[in-house]
Amino acid sequence: MRARAGSRAGVRVAAGRFPWLLAAPAVLGLAFLVAPLLGLLLRAPWSTFGTRLLMPEVREALVLSLVTATAATAVSLLLGVPLAWLLARTELPGRRVVRALVTVPLVIPPVVGGVALLMVLGRRGVLGQYAYDWFGYSLPFTTAAVVVAQVFVAMPFLVVSVEGALRAADRRYEDAAATLGATRGMIFRRVTLPMVAPGVAAGAVLCWARALGEFGATITFAGNFPGRTQTMPLAVYLAMQESPESAVVLSLVLLAVSLAILIGLRGHWSGAP
Amino acid sequence: MTARPGGGAEPREEAEVPGGGGAPASAALAAHLVVRRGGFVLDVRLRAAAGEVLALLGPNGAGKSTALRALAGLTAMADGQIVVDGRDLTTTPTERRPIGMVFQDYLLFEHMSALENVAFGPRARGVPKAEARARAAELLERVGLAAHARRRPRALSGGQAQRVALARALAVRPRLLLLDEPLAALDAHTRADVRSRLRRDLADFDGAAVIVTHDPLDAMVLADRVTVIEDGAVVQEGPPTEVARRPRTDYVARLVGLNLYRGTARGAVVEVAEAAARIEVAEPRSGEVFAAFPPRAVALFREPPVGTLRNVWRLRIDGIEPFGDHVRVHLADPDSGFALSADVTPAGLADLAPAVGAAVWAGVKATEVRCYPVG
Repeated sequence: MRARAGSRAGVRVAAGRFPWLLAAPAVLGLAFLVAPLLGLLLRAPWSTFGTRLLMPEVREALVLSLVTATAATAVSLLLGVPLAWLLARTELPGRRVVRALVTVPLVIPPVVGGVALLMVLGRRGVLGQYAYDWFGYSLPFTTAAVVVAQVFVAMPFLVVSVEGALRAADRRYEDAAATLGATRGMIFRRVTLPMVAPGVAAGAVLCWARALGEFGATITFAGNFPGRTQTMPLAVYLAMQESPESAVVLSLVLLAVSLAILIGLRGHWSGAP
Repeated sequence: MTARPGGGAEPREEAEVPGGGGAPASAALAAHLVVRRGGFVLDVRLRAAAGEVLALLGPNGAGKSTALRALAGLTAMADGQIVVDGRDLTTTPTERRPIGMVFQDYLLFEHMSALENVAFGPRARGVPKAEARARAAELLERVGLAAHARRRPRALSGGQAQRVALARALAVRPRLLLLDEPLAALDAHTRADVRSRLRRDLADFDGAAVIVTHDPLDAMVLADRVTVIEDGAVVQEGPPTEVARRPRTDYVARLVGLNLYRGTARGAVVEVAEAAARIEVAEPRSGEVFAAFPPRAVALFREPPVGTLRNVWRLRIDGIEPFGDHVRVHLADPDSGFALSADVTPAGLADLAPAVGAAVWAGVKATEVRCYPVG
């Protein structure tokens, strides 16, 4: 180290040279991420692609996935934005604990989340038993259960993103609104929310993508019933058991839809290249 | 909502205000602000009549903006009272105070047009949408920005944004207008222009206005009265000309460009407190006094001057700097600690052929020295 310190100026001059030491692992990393996707394209049964795509099961699973992921994102927005606001803007005593709890679903395996949901909302669950005893309602293994499972795993992405945006926003604009006579509710709707809109949008997209790919919690809590709870990831897994070619087709469809939506939305909230 | 019309009297000029004494109900603004934050304590009394513009002048960190935020209810007060038009606002939340505020960098809402920004206040206070927009359009017209009503703040120049911010604050028809460094964000070129516009707008405003600035020129041009705040306390107040003529602290003296000394007068001689020096004045006085004279009243000589100059000191040149169309020379006596600034013409300086560190003679006529009591 010491020997190099003397030649620091020399290193500066050579800064234009290609940094192989970083480039090699970077290229390897990129290859690692892209190669599997290329593999999908290479092994796709292009001759039968159209007929497989038009099978009713595929369409059902795709529609179910899009609908549930969108519903889960809507629920997450409704509950997650206020939660993020509480975390970012109030001095609640247990705020640190709450923030830790919010991020728990990010780190636990989704299957564990599914089991936990069953224990609480299942027919014999801590809360679910009352719904069943009093109203004869059972949540698990319904389409609603798919949404619940997706909200559980995906909402933290939204909360974290929106909280960050709220912390970064200039609060003096809220002061200005207050001097103009705006109540807290109006300030939130007309000033704060528009200010953090990019953060909310980014969080919503992350949340939607995560919900679309949800597998573990869904199959545990909602089961695998075609047309009702069988989303695309589940359909892919099932197809893999019977005909890998169909699994490839389904995977490509899921990939194409995700990419299309991500690329379509990206321009809206950030000028990032 | 029970505005008592108590502030009927309109002492537009020369409002005889006892410095920080009791608070007659006729004042449009009577406030005692106490804010504690860490080791900093702000404790000031502010008063302004209806139609009067009060400038809070002071160095950075003196507490001017904190005082303004306390008036707006944006900073919590440890103690004190705020009365506007006879109404006690001390515990009223910001959104229900009859105030309008112009922030230093305007804080126009970026996602709204200029018109929507101005209409925001009336809308927030329950004015129907169409009426709020009509009022906003009228105000923008009045500040000469009707053509820019649909623009986003980003598309406005600094001066235009400032006027939109003022229109936005006035749109709620406030009884107390608060302006935080309203000209600081502007470049020198537009500043003079915007300043004179602001002066006219403030003249039209019938409530009390408080303007925070660190620029003495803003205070002189815009304000009817100046309150100087240093280190959280009021150190001087009065009409701008009075403050400029008779500064009471080094900060104010520097701002208005005066050499200021505090000392004890015995007859026509003032013994300067902090330095072993004497200043002769024209009129005899006694007791604690300030003595002040402008730098341009100082004449510099290479040889001891002969003649009628009553104040002559031998001083060392500490520094020379250009100052407008003349040159400011800083001089001091290293032994006694006596220091002063002198303004000379470049030609005069060339005659003197001085160098930093050289000793010269400085002379001031006794009639040029203003002398006024401390108490």
